Amino acid sequence: MASGPTVERVIVAGAGLAALRGAEAMREAGFSGPLTIVGDEPYRPYDRPPLSKHVLTGETPADATTLPSSLGADVAWILGSAATRLDRAARTLHLADGRALPYDRLLIATGTRARPWPNPHEGRLSGVFTLRGRDDAAALRAALAARPRRVLVIGGGFIGCEVASLCRQLGLRATLVESGPTLLSRVLGSAVGGFIGAIHEGRGVDLRCGSEVEWLEGEDGRLVRAHLTDGTRIEADVAVIALGALRNTEWLDGSGLSADPGGVDCDAVGYVLDRDGQPDLRIAAAGDVARFPHPLYGGRRAALEHWSHAVAQGIHAGRLLAGVKPEAPYGALPTFWSTQGDVVVKSAGLTTGADAVAFTQGEPGSGRFVAVYGREGRCVAAVSVDSARWLPAHAELVATAAPFPPHGAAADRPARGITILAPGFA
Amino acid sequence: MSTTADASSGSSPGLRVCVDLNLCQAYAQCCYAAPRSFRIEGHEALIYDPAPAARDRADIERARVACPVQAIRVEDPERGA
Repeated sequence: MASGPTVERVIVAGAGLAALRGAEAMREAGFSGPLTIVGDEPYRPYDRPPLSKHVLTGETPADATTLPSSLGADVAWILGSAATRLDRAARTLHLADGRALPYDRLLIATGTRARPWPNPHEGRLSGVFTLRGRDDAAALRAALAARPRRVLVIGGGFIGCEVASLCRQLGLRATLVESGPTLLSRVLGSAVGGFIGAIHEGRGVDLRCGSEVEWLEGEDGRLVRAHLTDGTRIEADVAVIALGALRNTEWLDGSGLSADPGGVDCDAVGYVLDRDGQPDLRIAAAGDVARFPHPLYGGRRAALEHWSHAVAQGIHAGRLLAGVKPEAPYGALPTFWSTQGDVVVKSAGLTTGADAVAFTQGEPGSGRFVAVYGREGRCVAAVSVDSARWLPAHAELVATAAPFPPHGAAADRPARGITILAPGFA
Repeated sequence: MSTTADASSGSSPGLRVCVDLNLCQAYAQCCYAAPRSFRIEGHEALIYDPAPAARDRADIERARVACPVQAIRVEDPERGA
């Protein structure tokens, strides 16, 4: 399109990591026309991983997380105004501030937001936080700096684990309530999740798995305690709601695109699909909000909330909209990391649907190990705990769908072979 | 680590550093090259300053180049990087 006869206008809806890398990729692919990036927050794209880590310790100010960027002054930024409606017939994006922006190409990268506490009144109590954006992190940091008596973390996914372990690093009492049988049981299964939970318990996190918070009690508008469904009370003046994310797709209602709370659907190339399953060749999507058929997983549709995915798919979609024909469908191997206190959990591949897990390196009970997940006799994912240097070799097993259990694994204990368990997904 | 802050719109940021922690394998070469900006906690948790002070510019560049897995990205407005 850069060499086309007319100057085309590109809009990026969203101003996070996928949006930024997508916009950069357009420029690098030679698109030199008008490029506008629209974001609901008043900030240039920033890096989210530090928000649940050293921003909370106070070591990194929340506003120091602005991402490096190669974009120049030839990009227009409209920040602090969300996209509210898409009119594909008129090729116009409507914003919350009333503006209507015409486009020729559109990148949808509106991401997710934190799932709120289901009771809005309780969710508004002072001391109750969610953690998604830069402002959330700054507010929670201020609350932690005030040395609360106890921090209650609700939800034992990656963010919940990161926050609880970080509270322990700060010397704060922390209780984590998780409805599943172990931490991380939905994503990693209870076999692996149990060992990760043991690490955190060993560092003083008060872990309450198989428990649920029924309601949050306030006094004078401030959180004072939580009531669990089994009648237990937990005295806490800070609660962090870590119940996952909701995809920002409501603004696509009425656009005719196939979108729901699970994401906006894309074809294998990256174009968004309308309700009849036809691609709109002017619009691509990337990052947390994009649901696409993953070629490594038999075309199963997935929307991935991973940092590396936002980068890779953002670049893919940016090049696509700049007119570069993709050599292959987008299908980067999903990778992920989570720094939990000083423990590092990394993964490659998708554990979804795995029917077995094998501990192939290290000793799970020692807190350092690699687990490989199998599905129907093939390797589909690998997870390392404080063993990152083992992960690339295991990621290769996943990328090539090598037979499971993997041959030649357990190099550090060949006499014992490997242990194979049911993953135990909750 | 520094506490450099930029305006909320990010109009004039200083040095910016971002590490792809998927790639990082804790070889810690950055920690030797730029000890004020990078450190390892535990076995392999890399903690870094995303907005280092200008005086650390040369150290940061050494760290970027020294990374065995090339995981460090730097934006330096002074160099137009």
